[in-house]
Amino acid sequence: MRIDRPGLVLAALGAAAMPLPFMQFRANRIVAGEAMAMPVWAIAAACVLLAIGAFRLPQVWRLGAAAVGIGLLIWLVGDMATGLDAPPAARASPGSGLWLLLGVFALLLADAITKMRPGLRMQTAILILACAAMAIVLVSGHLADVSVMREYAARSDIFASHARRHLLLAFGSLTAALAVGVPLGIWLHRERTARPSVMGTLNLVQTLPSLALFGMMIPLLSWVAASVPGAAALGIAGIGFAPALIALFLYSLLPVVGNTVVGLDGASPEAREAGRGMGMTPWQVLSRVSIPLALPVIVAAVRIVLVQNIGLAVIAGLIGGGGFGTFVFQGLAQNAADLILLGAIPTVVMALVAGIALDLVVKALQR
Amino acid sequence: MIEIRNLSRRFGPVTAVDDVSLTIAKGEMVALVGTSGSGKTTLLRMINRLVEPTSGAVLLNGQDTAGLPAHLLRRRIGYAIQGHGLFPHYSVARNIAAVPELLGWPAAQIRERVDELLTLFGMPPADFRDRRPAALSGGQQQRVGVARALAARPEVLLMDEPFGALDPVTRAQAQADLRRIQRQLGTTTILVTHDMEEALALGDRIAVMDRGRLVQCADPATILTRPATDFVARLTGRSDRPFRLLGLLPVADLVEPGEAEGAPVDPELSAREALAECLWSGRSALPLAGGGRVTLDRLTERARGAE
Amino acid sequence: MIRLLAGAAVLVMLLRPEWMEPLLAPLTRNGAPAIYTQSSLLGLTLLHLALVAAATLASALVAVALAVLVTRRAGAEFRPLARTITQVGQTLPPVAVLALAVPMLGFGTWPTLLALFLYGMLPIFENALTALSGLPPPVAEAARAMGYTPRQRLLKIELPLALPVILAGVRLSAVIALSTAAIGSTVAARTLGEVIIAGLVTNNPAFVVQGGLLVGLIAILLSDALTVLERRVSPYGSSGTRA
Repeated sequence: MRIDRPGLVLAALGAAAMPLPFMQFRANRIVAGEAMAMPVWAIAAACVLLAIGAFRLPQVWRLGAAAVGIGLLIWLVGDMATGLDAPPAARASPGSGLWLLLGVFALLLADAITKMRPGLRMQTAILILACAAMAIVLVSGHLADVSVMREYAARSDIFASHARRHLLLAFGSLTAALAVGVPLGIWLHRERTARPSVMGTLNLVQTLPSLALFGMMIPLLSWVAASVPGAAALGIAGIGFAPALIALFLYSLLPVVGNTVVGLDGASPEAREAGRGMGMTPWQVLSRVSIPLALPVIVAAVRIVLVQNIGLAVIAGLIGGGGFGTFVFQGLAQNAADLILLGAIPTVVMALVAGIALDLVVKALQR
Repeated sequence: MIEIRNLSRRFGPVTAVDDVSLTIAKGEMVALVGTSGSGKTTLLRMINRLVEPTSGAVLLNGQDTAGLPAHLLRRRIGYAIQGHGLFPHYSVARNIAAVPELLGWPAAQIRERVDELLTLFGMPPADFRDRRPAALSGGQQQRVGVARALAARPEVLLMDEPFGALDPVTRAQAQADLRRIQRQLGTTTILVTHDMEEALALGDRIAVMDRGRLVQCADPATILTRPATDFVARLTGRSDRPFRLLGLLPVADLVEPGEAEGAPVDPELSAREALAECLWSGRSALPLAGGGRVTLDRLTERARGAE
Repeated sequence: MIRLLAGAAVLVMLLRPEWMEPLLAPLTRNGAPAIYTQSSLLGLTLLHLALVAAATLASALVAVALAVLVTRRAGAEFRPLARTITQVGQTLPPVAVLALAVPMLGFGTWPTLLALFLYGMLPIFENALTALSGLPPPVAEAARAMGYTPRQRLLKIELPLALPVILAGVRLSAVIALSTAAIGSTVAARTLGEVIIAGLVTNNPAFVVQGGLLVGLIAILLSDALTVLERRVSPYGSSGTRA
């Protein structure tokens, strides 16, 4: 049997993770914890699974090994946390060994899936399956005694509203950017002379560090709220939702406008010429030929913007805009790792799912 | 001198080159012709070991090339390809200087060689030395590509469809330049082409490949008049054969004493062009500029392959 | 011209912050100070830039080395995995990466540096990989046929041709690092983000504007400078024609 060298490196990394603390147990969420190791049988099982990944076996085997490994780790974490039978204030949190092993198995999974070259339908099925598996694990309550979930239980009411707020920030800014950016892109597609100044400005905005842009929105919007009649009544204020939404909107414009222009420019000149030749009006050429041809590129911009904004919406937490950032920055302020994770993990998962799902949409459109 | 001995190359189940033997004399230009997939490019690339042979040997001046480090061997062999492969980040001069630099020539000598080659290819060094390849026309890029291949005075020049990307007018000029420069320098040259016309115009001998095998290697007239296989006959084009045969011959070779009507023609023209002139002007004989004449009968006789 | 103005504005804000007072004073309320004086702006700027420079430089060295490795024949096997890691990695929000670094690595400058370094490798690696694999086949073929050794091919042909694209990755990485480093102040890294956060915490827009303008202008100047450098090293000449 031949060795798969990348698989071997992953296996070595996984083996190196095993002596690290698998979980941390702390009497309450502030004090330092004591490390808990992985049970011996689990180490043995993980070694076997990693070994399967390190050989050139059929990719289905490697995929299966990775999936079983991830399942094993998640089951083990919940089981160990519950088995402690700890008081409510105590925290059993994932340790570095667990994170590293999870990462190794996730990479093995990704490697196997890539090498299987699944078709679009298969990829979609895998994504849905993975999301369903996550949902089942969360709903089942198996992880209820793990620190992050305890943190969640203590905040389940505001968690939902922050999640909604986060999504609203990401999707709201995207919708606004599409509504403004696509027409702007169509206009620039025709008016080449206006391009340098508009694209230059948008580029400049994109370069501004997020903290700076979010921060600068505050005095600007305070001024608007104070001086434009009715603005305050609409909920526009220096801090909160409005400045965050506007900042995200501004960041989204460059990808949307840029890709619209590139997509329209790239739409085959022969096809456009043929459209004109058969008597289409300029508007018909645009709507029936150019835009459909440019669609994959425009949807690629949607992917960029959505992933970017899901991440940047975290900053809204710093200026009272809500969203998962609220947990992240509260956690950072209180040095409470579990609270940071409560904000960061959903953000990362949302960004990953959005990225993968929209990649699939782009691929489907390109066919 | 290059000696190819029983050279074969297999790619998995496919035999790209099958037991080919061929000897090429010093200063000779051999055109390697065949359809795509006939193995001609693979054969060429085994000479500078861009492709390693499965079996057989290539001898360069009697020395087995398999024993040399590949990169040192390649520095002794010029190589020019379609699409020229010029380094876009180097000026024209540095491109030409690439192999001499690898060989560690002194800077002054390299500079002199670059200017010499640019002049030889009709590109004034002062104008072209410092340009980037992107600032040249297709024909100029091709000339720089060939100049670069010749820069270190290689013992052998290998060319793979070197003029494939050029328009017909530029291509004819490039072929004429190559013929002139190759004669002048006496560099042993092997040229791969799928264009029989090009092979006839340039090759001292033509080697025809079919499905990995060398089916015939002979001078152009023999290829045309006595094709070894049906494949060679088809490649030479049955309907073009008489004209191609005449194309190999200067009209001066067919001169006989006598007079003829009309404007005299240049004796440097090929017999093919003389035939065309006869047909077009409706004459049965043409006067030659240096005296004497050529008759339509003599031309048609030669077009049948008679001596 | 705009660059000059931006540069001048940065210099004024760094060296003579008090000159900004008349502009910033209207933003304050209840007699709060208009100029951040808790630590020197110049010092913070230098710390901020040092953090970004160290992280980006380290990212560039490691990422280019890795890209070279996986584009050699011996490393080709690692390429799909490296691609997967890069693609997934770039989907992760840099802020989240920074936040996740804290539970694992603790507070301060070092975790920030490590997070910036790891995240910063992704765009550089991706660009280097694209550029090194995008060598036009005739050029690669010509170099081989002319007797360049693999090492000479890499150093004289492949890397010089890939340089502008690699630098574009470095620019992207540096701009992200500058932005993320500012947020690093929430995990106690010493950067200009401190000024903005001080403004947010004490509800003093003057600080926010001061820090925000400074970071924003520096980001624009940095990106600009790297763009100029990119054009300089373009293989198609410095005249501005770009690949």
